[in-house]
Amino acid sequence: MKQVEVVLTNEEGLHARPASIFSKVAFKFKSDIKVYKNGNKDKVYNPKSILSVLSMGAAKGDKLLITAEGEDEDLAVQELKKLVEDKFGE
Amino acid sequence: MNFLKGVGVSPGVAIGRVFLKEDITIEIKKETIQNADNEIKRFKDAIEKSKQQLQELYEYALEKVGKHEAQVFAAHTMILEDQELFEKVEDKIRTESKNVEWALKEASDEYISIFEAMDNEYLKERALDIRDVTLRMLRNLLGIEDNSLVLLKEPVIIVAKDLTPSDTAQMDKDKVLGFITEEGGKTSHSAIIARSLEIPAVAGLDSITLQVKHGDTIAFDGTEGKVYINPDEKTIELFKEKKERFEQRIQLFAKLKNSEAITKDNVRLEVACNIGKPADVDRVIEKNADGIGLFRSEFLYMNRNDFPSEEEQFNAYKTVAQRMKEKPVVIRTFDIGGDKELSYLDFPKEMNPFLGCRAIRFCLGRIDLFKTQLRAILRASVFGNIKIMFPMISVFDELVHAKQILEEVKESLRNEGIAFNENMEVGMMIETPSAALLADIFAKHVDFFSIGTNDLIQYTLAVDRLNPHVSHLYSPYNPSVLRSIKNIIDAAHRENIWVGMCGEAASDPKLVPVLIGMGLDEFSMNPASVLEVKWMIRQHSREEMKAIAEQVLQLATSDEIEKFLDSNEKIHLF
Repeated sequence: MKQVEVVLTNEEGLHARPASIFSKVAFKFKSDIKVYKNGNKDKVYNPKSILSVLSMGAAKGDKLLITAEGEDEDLAVQELKKLVEDKFGE
Repeated sequence: MNFLKGVGVSPGVAIGRVFLKEDITIEIKKETIQNADNEIKRFKDAIEKSKQQLQELYEYALEKVGKHEAQVFAAHTMILEDQELFEKVEDKIRTESKNVEWALKEASDEYISIFEAMDNEYLKERALDIRDVTLRMLRNLLGIEDNSLVLLKEPVIIVAKDLTPSDTAQMDKDKVLGFITEEGGKTSHSAIIARSLEIPAVAGLDSITLQVKHGDTIAFDGTEGKVYINPDEKTIELFKEKKERFEQRIQLFAKLKNSEAITKDNVRLEVACNIGKPADVDRVIEKNADGIGLFRSEFLYMNRNDFPSEEEQFNAYKTVAQRMKEKPVVIRTFDIGGDKELSYLDFPKEMNPFLGCRAIRFCLGRIDLFKTQLRAILRASVFGNIKIMFPMISVFDELVHAKQILEEVKESLRNEGIAFNENMEVGMMIETPSAALLADIFAKHVDFFSIGTNDLIQYTLAVDRLNPHVSHLYSPYNPSVLRSIKNIIDAAHRENIWVGMCGEAASDPKLVPVLIGMGLDEFSMNPASVLEVKWMIRQHSREEMKAIAEQVLQLATSDEIEKFLDSNEKIHLF
């Protein structure tokens, strides 16, 4: 299993367009991917689901922990991290 | 005759029979199922059917309404395809033996309650979408006809509690004369669609669904929000005339889109728009306005948790400037304080916020924030025809100070080698009586004035227009206000600078001729009024209106002035 931590720096946070991009990218991977917000391990979010991503209500400054397990786990966490760092190509 | 009063959300007049759209409350029974595979197949089939309907709706809306509105259905499709939602329902079917209808209702309610509880407006609205999609799915599962609105045979007025995006996007202009809802307001989704389809509509009319039945006659006005149930002959005649006049107006105004705002004696004036966010430029372009006379930068800092960065502001100003091409875009610097408070800035509680630390007074106390905005505006200035203006200047020192800070920001941009328009015009709002009285002095130090009538009236008359005990005193026709405006325009013209107006008075049909006569150069307003004001300008000559304005300025009361303008044969009101 791989995991990375990343801070949301784009203005919109994970709303609207960024959420749908995040979801689309996650969907490309076969691995089982999970996201946790601000160190809360009790609430697991599914990045392949747009409803789950939106329901996070993640705003600028929130910290995301992304974990992946499966054949493409390395690539999955790297790409998702980069996406957040690049502010979803804003 | 008695009438009901709601909120007019889409202009126009409609007379016709009522089609009462009752809320189909879909009864769902909780059942224990035996064959989970079968239930899941029903689920998948319903998803497929719903997707097909949404695709049709998308194409229909794209053609009839527009890309932006059609996007709603693309979003609905994404919800249908959602992995987590699917898994939740599947899980409830397999492990709890629930029927698909019940499982879906439970799962969707979970999301709805999460989204409804959110602070963010955008996310809150997603609850509506989930509800709409769930209803569609349930209808398909239970074999309930998709929507009665598409089956309308004759033109009707729709009366409903509320209308979903699916309802409004299916409305055929030939079949729907107008609609009236209990819920909603000017900014609700159905109101926006009504305006773009040009169907008259009234919202926020409590319990209307209980007061009418199928087949009743209704006559209503989507501008004033007045609704008559089963009107008498006389009222019907009146509404027929009103409707005809309205339609003539629309046709006449539409023809003016590509004409210039030029008076009968060939004076070219400018009709510009007030906007609140970059997306509003769509309507400015649609009406072919001469520019943006007021870009309120409020939207940038409201509904959020921190102050907008320079980059974010720069991008917003740049987008607007580029889209307007060579046409002017007047950006007003932050008007914070007063009634506009921000959660992330600590405003001290004030006894009189309108006389307190707002707009330029606030910015001069927070030079860091002010400089960030000035940098963003200057950097964007190379991408179009941007002008800047300072709000709420009341004493001369404030203007000097603001201009000095602007110079400092320019100097640091020069040092960093960052490009900006060295000749960007710098103007100020005139909205305090002190600035109006000192207009001759201010005019020597700025490139233009923009008269903010809403505040100028409130400060000149010392009236809070939201206070019901004194709001009757608030009037743009008050001679003190009109004299003040005349004084401002004359002072500006003596120094050869131009004067605009960006308050509601700039699109008041009775005042436009007077303002033409006083010499106003630019009229800035809501995009909806652009064509009408253009028409007004083209009906009048400056020379003739000059005499009218002089007569008006001799009158003593608001009433006298309004009556004079109403009855003067030289003033053409539509």
